[in-house]
Amino acid sequence: MSANAKDLRHPLKRARGLGSAQFGVSHWWTQRTTATGLVVLGLWFVVLVLGHLHSDYATMRAVVARPWNAVLLIAFLITMFWHAVLGLQVVIEDYVHTRWKEIFLMVAIKFIAVLSVLGGTLAVLRIALGA
Amino acid sequence: MAEFTLPKNSKIQPGKHYPAKDAKKPRTFRIYRWSPDDGQNPRIDTYEVDLAACGPMVLDALLKIKNEIDPTLTLRRSCREGICGSCAMNIDGTNTLACTRSIEECASGDVKIYPLPHMPVVKDLVPDLTHFYAQFASIRPWLRTQSAAPDRERLQSPEDRKKLDGLYECILCACCSTSCPSYWWNGDRYLGPAILLQAYRWIVDSRDEDTGARLDDLEDPFKLYRCHTIMNCARTCPKGLNPAKAIAEIKKLLVERRST
Repeated sequence: MSANAKDLRHPLKRARGLGSAQFGVSHWWTQRTTATGLVVLGLWFVVLVLGHLHSDYATMRAVVARPWNAVLLIAFLITMFWHAVLGLQVVIEDYVHTRWKEIFLMVAIKFIAVLSVLGGTLAVLRIALGA
Repeated sequence: MAEFTLPKNSKIQPGKHYPAKDAKKPRTFRIYRWSPDDGQNPRIDTYEVDLAACGPMVLDALLKIKNEIDPTLTLRRSCREGICGSCAMNIDGTNTLACTRSIEECASGDVKIYPLPHMPVVKDLVPDLTHFYAQFASIRPWLRTQSAAPDRERLQSPEDRKKLDGLYECILCACCSTSCPSYWWNGDRYLGPAILLQAYRWIVDSRDEDTGARLDDLEDPFKLYRCHTIMNCARTCPKGLNPAKAIAEIKKLLVERRST
């Protein structure tokens, strides 16, 4: 934290650093809008699942296949993983200070999230379209 | 990774004990000691102070210790009335000013006194605030205008002046910034609650004409958005200010100036 006594640079040089990234507000705003979306979609999802606690496999497939349910399930998947990536990004920025680890984790969580969304969406679509 | 344990040479050892003789109202103070000159680990020294012959504030006790018991105890102090911010330290587990914190208010048992957390220590209770002050300088905390200098003062309506209440009182004691976990982990880049409150003080000033540039400078994942509304800043501020609210206002302005 302290200016090293041997450091010939002015403390202001370090405080100003590389300047402003001119970025951050869209991350902040998207995190909040996805959170709001998740409140609605999460409630809907819990109600849906609670309503079919004792349903059998065939009934559950039919429920997922209903257009509105399929659409909302896919929306839930996208919103959840989007929000998760934004949140994990903050955690990584906060605590991981080794640059290569930070970059690796940042890219990895995005790949994992995209693959999960694609896989989940495909599963819902297969049921919905009767493939 | 962020460091969660102290390095070996920072681990605190038990220190000396200075018992009080014939004290009518003794109270024990356990104080962090470290000197850069002796190559020793930090230690906690124990001082017994007779409160019957001491002022009511923690600073009174510290100065009594320095004057009468152990002159090597090192601390900053100046105004002794909560306006200079020099005697900011961690007392009884909370960052505050030694001069405005009464000894009686401290929890029963020993009064524990440490320097402000997570800052490099110069000696004993004196933290190195070089970077903190440089961060303050980096926001260029003065009235910035484009218009020609007027012949008289730049005027401000009473309503606009009111917007500075809760901001202008900040004395830059660093209690809030050093209580903020985000500032602990990322203080090299995160400006911290004190500096962001000061930044907002100029953003909201009706006479300042550089609002856009000020917001540009702050729109950064680290400078501003490390604030996760933990609220330690508002809880610890010895002046009763709310830096978290000022930061939230900056975030609102950044949203306001763009298309959502």
